[in-house]
Amino acid sequence: MSKPENTNKFLKAQMRMTHIPHMNALGTEVVDFGKGHVTVRLPYNTELVGNPETGVLAGGVISALLDNVCGSSVVAYSMTPAAFATLDLRIDYMKPATPGLDVLAYAECYKMTRRIAFVRGLAFHESKDEPIANAAATFMFTGRGTVNMIEEEDEESA
Amino acid sequence: MSFHDSFQAMKAAGDYSSLHDVLPYSKFMGISLAQQDGRMITTMAYHDRLIGNTTLPALHGGTLAALLELAALFQIAHEIETEQMPKVITITVDYMRSGGPKDTFARAHATRVGRRVANVVAQAWQDNPDKPVASANVNFLLT
Repeated sequence: MSKPENTNKFLKAQMRMTHIPHMNALGTEVVDFGKGHVTVRLPYNTELVGNPETGVLAGGVISALLDNVCGSSVVAYSMTPAAFATLDLRIDYMKPATPGLDVLAYAECYKMTRRIAFVRGLAFHESKDEPIANAAATFMFTGRGTVNMIEEEDEESA
Repeated sequence: MSFHDSFQAMKAAGDYSSLHDVLPYSKFMGISLAQQDGRMITTMAYHDRLIGNTTLPALHGGTLAALLELAALFQIAHEIETEQMPKVITITVDYMRSGGPKDTFARAHATRVGRRVANVVAQAWQDNPDKPVASANVNFLLT
């Protein structure tokens, strides 16, 4: 996989993901990114195991990883510090992660409208053809700094 | 002892205090489990490492997905007897509000339990159960 090479300073900073405490806690690193797509690596860690007998990572780890990489692909698409909130995230689990192996997560923002971004993603070990999990997510631009738009719309419609 | 057997032992004793030994990820996430009025309540204790957005600040959306998934699993494992731990096939999370930097709670109920598949709905909240921060539909394979 190619090294992150992008002249956009904002995007470069974003893609370090050092500003996201939960990703730091999981130990993830960005291994590749470009316009509208991002790939991150999660090193295998026994603290993240769901079943000590098998050593398989907990499903929640894969969910958090996919949630994050899906959001990052929106940033990688827009390349601006736009505020957005996750509307929904669907994950299909195809097979358990293999104990001891790093997990890669890839997401691409494949469609963006004025208000909504549509994203698909995959978690896998070596090949995207053998996915651990598939993700589909939608995000809504809030356009007002860091204000949570969904909550505001709740109040508008109430 | 398998995860399934360990969970069944906790269930029989009505004591889930050893969850962190049985499920290492629950320790990492600060997730604990208790039975209240016959319902399973899953709690994710606040910790800085659960944050996704430091500006707001807000919990990482993935931590809410993880909490809902575990709450659904605990509920179905509590309700039915299975040979092995139910497996998540799909989870669909709706995010309603951003989660603040505080403890988050979740509960779930099975809307349908079949021979092979169970459908479970889970909700997570912070201050008020009627104002969920996120909800999830989780489909489990039972066999």
